[in-house]
Amino acid sequence: MEGGHQKLERYSRQILFEGIGEEGQRKLQTKHVLIVGAGALGTGNAEVLTRSGVGRITIVDRDYVERSNLQRQQLYTERDAIDRIPKAIAAQKRLREINPTVEVNGKIVDVTVEEIDQLVSDVDLVIDATDNFDIRFLINDSAQKHRIPWIYGGCVSSYGLSFTIIPGETPCLNCLLETIPLGGATCDTVGVISPAVQMVVAYQTVEAMKILVEDFESVRWKLVSFDLWNNEQSAIDVSGLKKKDCPSCGESPSYPYLSYENQTKTAVLCGRNTVQIRPPKKVDRDLHVLVTQLEKQGGNIEQNPFLVTYHYEDRRVVFFKDGRVLIHGMKDIVEAKKIYHQLLG
Amino acid sequence: MDIHVNGEKRELSNDIQTIYDLLNHYKLADKKIIVELNADIVDSSQHIETLIQDGDRVELVHFVGGG
Ligand SMILES: [Zn+2]
Repeated sequence: MEGGHQKLERYSRQILFEGIGEEGQRKLQTKHVLIVGAGALGTGNAEVLTRSGVGRITIVDRDYVERSNLQRQQLYTERDAIDRIPKAIAAQKRLREINPTVEVNGKIVDVTVEEIDQLVSDVDLVIDATDNFDIRFLINDSAQKHRIPWIYGGCVSSYGLSFTIIPGETPCLNCLLETIPLGGATCDTVGVISPAVQMVVAYQTVEAMKILVEDFESVRWKLVSFDLWNNEQSAIDVSGLKKKDCPSCGESPSYPYLSYENQTKTAVLCGRNTVQIRPPKKVDRDLHVLVTQLEKQGGNIEQNPFLVTYHYEDRRVVFFKDGRVLIHGMKDIVEAKKIYHQLLG
Repeated sequence: MDIHVNGEKRELSNDIQTIYDLLNHYKLADKKIIVELNADIVDSSQHIETLIQDGDRVELVHFVGGG
């Protein structure tokens, strides 16, 4: 650990900033932030918060680094993509290099009902850096249940938006949306540029800092959005949309998205032409046994300590230790399940 | 008709008469969206019947999943 003098030096510009000061800096260092997702928003948020000296950062992600991530996912390198390093691992390594005084934990997790409560229960703030609304509604319910603030962020093309959700104060995501949006623009169909990501990251991290130093007076209550290419920006006061009968944040909440019936085991991943299959029960897959099994079926096998990649004909199948399997090159869930059962019996 | 959309002045064809027309024009009609007209939120059930007029200030925020 750094001594007091070194610490002051690292954070000197931030301590000089009147919104934070020495007291704010001390508060930051006692806080624990959960970042859900280590893609574009996740890496941006994580870097800012790690540099700013938040005490503990947990960053979770289910995927591994690919070359198409490198244009905007700022913690990753060419080498991470070549080696297919899980994002949680690559992010953890880089963040610890950036600031070794922060306790950074990367977890390779596909966050569902089973994981969310445990992840959320002991943090001070959740940053949404996910790429779909299924998981955001899960975060929304869990954050309400544990009375933890969370910060929504989303971006696509040159557009982005953010909203800070504080239990008991602001409307929640369910109040604003009422149902999970279906389809719509995703990252593959229209793309995204890095400045849009960075803008959302700025909106999210500054709110994070206010909440972590407990300056709730300064929190931005409005829903903000922008389109950087078309020079538009907007801020709407949505406080009137808070609903007393909201099932997530209302007077008698049922947290509908935390019930097991509402979850899917198989998902087509955003913009990836990839199907993810989760086994019905969590397994601890022995990758060595798996490799032996796959070798019998021919094809080309690559391995790192976290996952096995199997090339067979024109398919690429990736196996994780937690039992999940990614089948690339398809969006057809039925076809993907067929391949899954063929390979694993 | 000239209105302000998200802070920018936009010249619109006179065919655009309602909030719903405006959302169609911007290809936002099928999105989860919050619409504010002259500082008041317009409930989504009112988009079809709410008229817009010259000089109005409209804020449109639609939700996206990417990140
Ligand atoms: Zn609510």
